[in-house]
Amino acid sequence: MSQIFKQGLVCPLDKNNVDTDQIIPKQFLTSVSRDGFAEALFYDWRYLADGAANPEFVLNYPEYQGASILLTRANFGCGSSREHAPWALQQYGFNVIIAESFADIFFNNSVNNGMLLITLSKTNIELLFNRCAQGPQQWQIDLASQEILFGNNAAMGFNIDPDIKQRLLSGLDFIGSSEQLNPQIAAFEAQRRANLPWLG
Amino acid sequence: MGQTLYQKIYHSHVVGKLNASTDLLFVDRHLIHEVTSPQAFSGLKLAGRAVRRPDLTFATMDHNVSTQRRSLDAAGETSRKQLEALAANCDEHRIPLLDLTHPDQGIVHVIGPEQGLTQPGMIIVCGDSHTSTHGAFGALAFGIGTSEVEHVLATQTLPQQQAKTLKVEINGDLPEHVTPKDVILAVIGKLGTAGGNGYVAEFCGSAIRGMSMEGRMTLCNMSIEMGAKAGLIAPDDTTFAYLKGKAHAPQAEHWDAAVSYWQSLHSDADAVFDKTISLDASSISPQITWGTNPEQVIAVDEPVPAPESFSDDTKRQAAERALQYMGLSAGQKLTDCAVDVVFIGSCTNSRIEDLRAAASVVRDRKVAPGVRALVVPGSGVVKRQAEQEGLAEIFKQAGFEWREPGCSMCLGMNDDQVAAGQRCASTSNRNFEGRQGRGARTHLVSPAMAAAAAIAGKFVNVARLEGAAQ
Repeated sequence: MSQIFKQGLVCPLDKNNVDTDQIIPKQFLTSVSRDGFAEALFYDWRYLADGAANPEFVLNYPEYQGASILLTRANFGCGSSREHAPWALQQYGFNVIIAESFADIFFNNSVNNGMLLITLSKTNIELLFNRCAQGPQQWQIDLASQEILFGNNAAMGFNIDPDIKQRLLSGLDFIGSSEQLNPQIAAFEAQRRANLPWLG
Repeated sequence: MGQTLYQKIYHSHVVGKLNASTDLLFVDRHLIHEVTSPQAFSGLKLAGRAVRRPDLTFATMDHNVSTQRRSLDAAGETSRKQLEALAANCDEHRIPLLDLTHPDQGIVHVIGPEQGLTQPGMIIVCGDSHTSTHGAFGALAFGIGTSEVEHVLATQTLPQQQAKTLKVEINGDLPEHVTPKDVILAVIGKLGTAGGNGYVAEFCGSAIRGMSMEGRMTLCNMSIEMGAKAGLIAPDDTTFAYLKGKAHAPQAEHWDAAVSYWQSLHSDADAVFDKTISLDASSISPQITWGTNPEQVIAVDEPVPAPESFSDDTKRQAAERALQYMGLSAGQKLTDCAVDVVFIGSCTNSRIEDLRAAASVVRDRKVAPGVRALVVPGSGVVKRQAEQEGLAEIFKQAGFEWREPGCSMCLGMNDDQVAAGQRCASTSNRNFEGRQGRGARTHLVSPAMAAAAAIAGKFVNVARLEGAAQ
């Protein structure tokens, strides 16, 4: 049976190579907390130098308030490994990001926070931007059947790594799953000590 | 079929299988710093978990520290709290820490190799994307996020899937004044910032063999800027000579066995790479970025490209936006552009060889009036050596500020920032919008090119500066 994983309003961010310095600038990285990053999201684009909201930045458009699906272009999340980037996106309200491609570290960090990152061909991304150009979009994401549902029976399929799909659907504890292999880890350590003793 | 170096290291670290395509890999070294670790330690505490292998974990303070004085509170209140949190966490979990009072403290990717913590065949991770630096030693080294830092602290392992392999072959001799920084910028210019996504890159060829360890580190450091998961260079006699005698390198009784193991770490002759690119070293000129990502790069004497010259729509739009942000126009020569700030430092270019190259340009010259120029050595070890060799004196006499070690103006998390609209010649790794400060305009160059810009007060081909009368 089909099951809706996420649904919501789509915000189109029409840019390539959005780096993590843009997603959350460095001055917010001195925190020791995992929370409180929503306001910092896209800070230099979202706010003018005097702190007022920048009316020209898409996130500030009235029609995209409350968006929870981010649509963007290629190489989203490139640059620094800061997990503050997915934290800021998630705390703002985005739990699904659709792009032509993602930087590797950002992708892993997002999955580790239970976010769904969907990669589509350039052609399909173009089709989705065209849909957004027609007016604000509410889409549903069916992870089980791997489809984006546009309403009126229109849909677009997507591929996802089966291991990641399983993790997102089951909500398995990241560290707990690996701890199941504790005996193997201990065996590996013993063998390493015997074969490469200088490694400790 | 033979294996690539990456595949050999990957397979030798598989602890077990987690899922159809996901393996659990053992981590030999876990390097941590103040910015990406506090939430990981909080997570451990919350779940009641311990650090499994504090003996394989090493910490330093680098991102957030003041480079003007050695005091935890010198870079502001929130920085102080973060630095204190790292010290407390290391103390509680018995993790060795090079704090600000330690004479060898420095940037995590400078001190790892210096202390001999980085060795061939290892898997090395750190909550920092420039962990790729350590690949210069034939280690599989990559950046991770904070959830993964917590995972490694708890289990000394990390779930991974096998990446694709990319061979970057660079043969021939580098022209005079062309450095590893120019090579990697040229590679990124050719491949693009996403060209390496999903790949581990192995650099090989005669130009690589001829490079020092410092040069190889610069090359691997910026592999992440083409999107590669990691950069790798097979270890050789240059690697072994660098490591011999380092504090944490294998000591006498294990040295021969270690070297013999390290000599097996190379891609087999019949190994097949998923993708190969090659460059002729002799065709590379000193490079400079003109835009807001590292693929927007040209040889210093070339004009800034016109957006129309990009056939790809999105690249054209990116170029338009970049020119606007950078305050440049198509066709302009960067050699006509004045610089306001010069930064020599960062995990890319703050090692002794980088400082020697910059000092050889600066010697008996003065920083141009109105230019603010900084040298931030990568570690206490580099700083002391540069002082002993007389390099620090050369910089100071020329009008450079000579600072304490740290990440500094590469990302401006401390008070070393570039003001809005200012143009900076920087030896760092990222020219992103706002990276060095909101509105700051960053041009990535080699240490010699940065030094030349400081002297000339504008960008200049370092080869020409050398020819000029002093």
